[in-house]
Amino acid sequence: MKIINCPLNGPRNAQEFVCAGEVVEEPAQDAAIDAWADYVFLENNLKGVVHEWWCHVASSYWFIVTRDTATEEIIATCPPADFLAMQKETKGVDGA
Amino acid sequence: MPLGLLKYGIRRKYKSERYFPAAKPLRDTYDVVIIGGGGHGLACAYYLARDWGITNVAVLEKGWLASGNTARNTAIIRSNYLTPEGALFYEESMRLYRSLAGELGINLMYSERGHLTLAHTDAAIRTSRWRAEVNKHLGIDSALVLRDELVKLCPELNLSEDVRYPVLGALYHPPGAIARHDAVAWGYARGAMHRGIEIHQQTEVTGIRNHGDGSIELATNRGSITAGKVVQAVAGMSSEVARMAGIKLPIRSVPLQACVSEPLKPFLDPIIVSGSLHIYVSQSARGELVMGGSTDPYPLYSTRSSLDFTEGLMANMLELFPFLQKAKVLRQWAGIADMTPDFSPVMGLTPVRNYYIDAGWGTWGFKATPVSGFCMAETAATGKPPALIKAFEFERFDRFEQVGERGAASVGH
Repeated sequence: MKIINCPLNGPRNAQEFVCAGEVVEEPAQDAAIDAWADYVFLENNLKGVVHEWWCHVASSYWFIVTRDTATEEIIATCPPADFLAMQKETKGVDGA
Repeated sequence: MPLGLLKYGIRRKYKSERYFPAAKPLRDTYDVVIIGGGGHGLACAYYLARDWGITNVAVLEKGWLASGNTARNTAIIRSNYLTPEGALFYEESMRLYRSLAGELGINLMYSERGHLTLAHTDAAIRTSRWRAEVNKHLGIDSALVLRDELVKLCPELNLSEDVRYPVLGALYHPPGAIARHDAVAWGYARGAMHRGIEIHQQTEVTGIRNHGDGSIELATNRGSITAGKVVQAVAGMSSEVARMAGIKLPIRSVPLQACVSEPLKPFLDPIIVSGSLHIYVSQSARGELVMGGSTDPYPLYSTRSSLDFTEGLMANMLELFPFLQKAKVLRQWAGIADMTPDFSPVMGLTPVRNYYIDAGWGTWGFKATPVSGFCMAETAATGKPPALIKAFEFERFDRFEQVGERGAASVGH
């Protein structure tokens, strides 16, 4: 049994969680239809380290899991706010 | 008798024949290169030679022949799908399968068992009736059966009402079959090689670059190759290979696990499937129960096995066949399934010129082996996908026109 360290509930059985897929940015409301099709259907589906949305079902708590899809290792978990702040910081450094 | 056999063996009159012709060296240009030496890629190679006379073809396989999902599926063949597009496509595949052993000269052990998709709820009965009507309209042998008939078709099945999900009825598909999956790939491989097509094992594509003139350069671990056209048939690794060509697919890679029991006295004639219990099971000619369930709960590229899977599957198996409680699991394995959002494949043209795709085979790839090879050969030869796979084109996602195949394996209703 795999254990996932939920930022809210602590270590819990993996069966208590659902994976909702990779973290991707939503297109603007008035973005072209292709951008929306890409957002809705297409997947990066990377073999390697990915950031994903997961939910602890019993408590309906959403958070971010950093996971290696080649080895099944869970590298880190964090609340969405921390992740978004981290992303902003990285973007700032890149000047994007 | 043993002496007779020995005499037969040492007489020169009966020389043993190589099953596959000797491998040829890898050249640096081909008219068509097929990435992936599984059932689909090999079938495509075979039909390219047989129907289109195209033999300057190489099949590149990073492992050994049919070492991926071709050898990992549970070998079920059926055509009782829900959408007309899906049902017609798989029906054509079954038609090809029925004459395939004779054509390829190999025993595929194609065995028509009858296929029962159990319904445990009123909603599932309704879907079964819906599927049966769609199937009958398209000329596919399919019907809804209730408990009185079910007890005759599969007397071993537990029809007790004292279980979590009592069986109410089933969708019955008499031509449902199982076959020896390795033999399908080997037969196609030999047929293709005898027609001059080259198969290169241990040859992994590591980079894809398209030139302005339409030709495509493939970097491999054995040097670079220029191809006039490329067909990608690498179920499990579709996203990773397509990424090299600059294509992003509507696919999540999710492990699908399966297992077999120790050999048991033959007792189970039909193939039993239950969407609600997430289970499918058939008994092989060796007596092993071949069992599978739903895909794993999250994307992964590792073919590890998990105890969660076996535990969950067996709980449901014992509900259908309680007398198996002492039977042992002999081995367990996993394959990486290309899951698409609409449970239909992605076939045909891509945004890259002369680069054709055969992907998104999720849990429904083995049964489609002949027809997908046949259709991909036509696509590669003419540059135009045949009408049979028009609905499965990659572009459907740009138009928000999915096929919505809820007749796919282990999809709950």
